[in-house]
Amino acid sequence: MGLTEFFGAVFNLDHVGKYIHWGFIQLSVSNAILIALMIVTFISALLLPFPGKRNRKEGK
Amino acid sequence: MTTEIDRQWTTRLRKTVVEKLPPEKLLPDTQPAYVASWIYVFGVTTLAALAIVIATGCVLAMKGPLWWHLSSTGHFVNSLHLWSVEIFFFAMVIHLWGKYFMAAWRGGRQLTWVTGVVLFLTSIGAGFTGYVSQTNYDSQWISTQAKDGINATGGGAFFNVLNLGQMLMWHIVLLPLAAVALTAVHVIYVRIKGVVPPFEEEK
Ligand code: HEM
Repeated sequence: MGLTEFFGAVFNLDHVGKYIHWGFIQLSVSNAILIALMIVTFISALLLPFPGKRNRKEGK
Repeated sequence: MTTEIDRQWTTRLRKTVVEKLPPEKLLPDTQPAYVASWIYVFGVTTLAALAIVIATGCVLAMKGPLWWHLSSTGHFVNSLHLWSVEIFFFAMVIHLWGKYFMAAWRGGRQLTWVTGVVLFLTSIGAGFTGYVSQTNYDSQWISTQAKDGINATGGGAFFNVLNLGQMLMWHIVLLPLAAVALTAVHVIYVRIKGVVPPFEEEK
């Protein structure tokens, strides 16, 4: 099985897109997942320690 | 006494540039300690993604639509172009959130913020004209849907989303030129002013 078939089987996109309806707001599930990932990345960027920070001199 | 040489525009321009942006400010050796945080990485991530978007876009322009529709190398470069755009927007919006919550327009940095806002709008335009320039059913669908919205605003008289030639020119000439020029100004402003200090350091 090639890579294409493998990913095609895992992420089957051969169907009508799924949408979230919330009042007048309508967005695709893929976009909702992407927005969630962005929020997670944003919070991680604030919380995760930055490598090499300890070795730096103050003010440098 | 000011001599004739001092009054030349070339002399005045050089003096202003060197004074506002000396080489050690343009390419500094060190950054303040507070820059050692992941949140400062997203501006450069956006910049790197933009470089790949432009480079792959140039390859697509050299080879043309038949190549990106029909050959596997063409599909691959087309995918690189699309996915770099995804990373570009992903990083740009996290960058924007970061700068918003640290109020990075403080201390005379308002033009950095404003060029950022215009870059955001320019990038949306570039993304949109890219979608309608694909020359496939997807782009036909998007442009026939979008035309009603744009015509309702009256904008269709100047910006006709069904005009493939016009959309392609906006996508590969006007908007990339604007995006690259604005990015240069944006980053140069950051270098002139230096990275904004955190709220605690400012006091
Ligand atoms: C093409 C898109 C963009 C690129 C390539 C870009 C690139 C950068 C880079 C490399 C920096 C310096 C490093 C950093 O602090 O992350 C920066 C700083 C900044 N960016 Fe952007 N940016 C873009 C879009 C935006 C947007 C959409 C906004 C907000 C509306 C924005 C607001 C700012 C501000 C306020 C700073 C200055 C931070 C400071 O002085 O400390 N940028 N940008």
